[in-house]
Amino acid sequence: MTTTVFVPGDAAALALGADAVVAAIATEAARRGSEVRVVRNGSRGLLWLEPLVEVITPQGRVAYGPVAKTDVRKLFDAGFLTGGAHPLRLGDIEAHSYLARQQRVTMRRVGVVDPRSLADYLANGGGEGLARARGMAPADIVRRVTDSGLRGRGGAAFPTGIKWKTVLDTPADQKYIVCNADEGDSGTFSDRMLMEGDPFCLIESMAIAGLAVGANKGYIYVRSEYPHAIATLNAALEDSDDWLGDFRIEVRKAAGAYVCGEETAMLESIEGKRGIVRAKPPLPAISGLFGQPTVINNVMTFASVPDILARGADFYRDFGVGRSRGTLPFQLAGNIRYGGLVEVPFGLTLRELLYDFGGGSRSGRPLRAVQVGGPLGAYLPESQFDTVLDYEAFAAIGAVLGHGGIVAFDDTVDMAKQARYAMQFCAIESCGKCTPCRIGSTRGVEVIDRIRAGQDEQIELLRSLCDTMTCGSLCAMGGMTPYPVISALNHFPEDFR
Amino acid sequence: MDTNATLARIVAAHLTSPGALLPILHDIQDALGYIPDKAVPLIAKELNLSRAEVHGVVTYYHHFRNAPPGRHVVRVCCAEACQSVGGEALAAHAQVRTHDSDLTVEPVYCLGLCAIGPAIQIDETTLHAGVTPEKFDALIDDLGDEP
Repeated sequence: MTTTVFVPGDAAALALGADAVVAAIATEAARRGSEVRVVRNGSRGLLWLEPLVEVITPQGRVAYGPVAKTDVRKLFDAGFLTGGAHPLRLGDIEAHSYLARQQRVTMRRVGVVDPRSLADYLANGGGEGLARARGMAPADIVRRVTDSGLRGRGGAAFPTGIKWKTVLDTPADQKYIVCNADEGDSGTFSDRMLMEGDPFCLIESMAIAGLAVGANKGYIYVRSEYPHAIATLNAALEDSDDWLGDFRIEVRKAAGAYVCGEETAMLESIEGKRGIVRAKPPLPAISGLFGQPTVINNVMTFASVPDILARGADFYRDFGVGRSRGTLPFQLAGNIRYGGLVEVPFGLTLRELLYDFGGGSRSGRPLRAVQVGGPLGAYLPESQFDTVLDYEAFAAIGAVLGHGGIVAFDDTVDMAKQARYAMQFCAIESCGKCTPCRIGSTRGVEVIDRIRAGQDEQIELLRSLCDTMTCGSLCAMGGMTPYPVISALNHFPEDFR
Repeated sequence: MDTNATLARIVAAHLTSPGALLPILHDIQDALGYIPDKAVPLIAKELNLSRAEVHGVVTYYHHFRNAPPGRHVVRVCCAEACQSVGGEALAAHAQVRTHDSDLTVEPVYCLGLCAIGPAIQIDETTLHAGVTPEKFDALIDDLGDEP
């Protein structure tokens, strides 16, 4: 009898030695004459337990982790192929408190299915949204997405249905669907996990968007730092031709420019140009890729769409609080004990995420600062940890949720140094089109250096510079770099003395 | 295959694709390890662009290099999540450890391994997490001696 064993092929699992575990399992199985089929699934997102190996047994899936290649022989000795007892045995991973307290909606198939198998995707609820959309009028598809309350998950939280309606209502011979998978924010990895663990979900949702607005061509713009995601998507696309009908998707590999996560810079890059930000208007929904009406959404936004079509707008809208509807996959990262992916409805507090899920710092020292929303997100001090995780509550304290990335720092952090880094990162990554960002970031580094050297009077100059960048920059790169800088200055002034 | 033939073959393979420049540059760098200067006029002619436009794209993106890299390319994550768990010390150590070696060490801003840092990437596809200076030395030793 052949036993199915899951060993994640997710980049995080690979970085922790998953390939060596697979090789050890193959060697050991051959030596013992056991028949084993290894499936390279995505990650469940409990990253401190990776590589997390699961075995299909008559009692269900039994998990073991974290498994090193040197554990494999003892696992076979313990009868892990039939769920045998072993110190690394975790049992049913879905009963683990980290997962049982989540509501996996967007990410529910990640880590569960075989990302290289369309049949497995369809057998696990995939494809129903596209099948439903094929029987609907374009305007009805758009209305359902609008009714769900879905907002863009890339950071700007713009209502998705409104964007789609603009593209639908703009007549053109050629329209495009573009997925922004340039997940460059430090502390974020949910897009990567979805592309590596459930690629057909993204493909399906782009095909639905194509039906909704009348586009037959899609691009997925993936960062070059994610070669494994690119390989998984390309493999999935090879198997999708018949399923997609006349809709075609091409993966475009980015080339290491952070600013290309800004949608118009991304369009320039796909067109084969330098990733320089465009002035808006015109909106990409009216004049986007190659000058044509273009739907641009983030991976997580697209991945929410199939369920909205299959289960209805109410299903999605019923999660969450206020104007923040649905669930958001948060990513717990940095100096955190139990880092990983936590998909929950909006409405938890930051403290609950950091301590109830994250278990506090990895170093064992007190958490001092938490950056939410990537390199352009604010640093929050302990006094703000009770802030509710929704778009409006964060906006009210001068912070952003962004893409849901949460990076924790312990009390050894030097916040003046972090503020300097924010300016330096902007100087490195600025596209150079507008002056506040191009020049302001370099001047910002210099001003912070002078403050750190004891010139307190420069603090006023730094605030004035940040004000100029916020109000005068063309896009979020220069416009939001002041978030980490000013929040560090306001909440941790002692570090600037 | 000589370099000119490789360049011609790669450019020809993408000519009908809209916005072909980045895919062409990726294929050239994957095949040769870098974008040779002589590729610029060739691409410009075939894509009906100016040499300045092609040069501008090659030099705009951090990923592309116009000189051959070392025997291996080691990229050390220098972004915030890795900073919070010792990434800066690792990056400084990496510079010292590989000084005068035939390896290319460069910073990268996020590998998406933010909960298990510090992270490094070797030759694009090999990833390592939880990299301490000691572990870094062992990984570099595993890359073998200079030929």
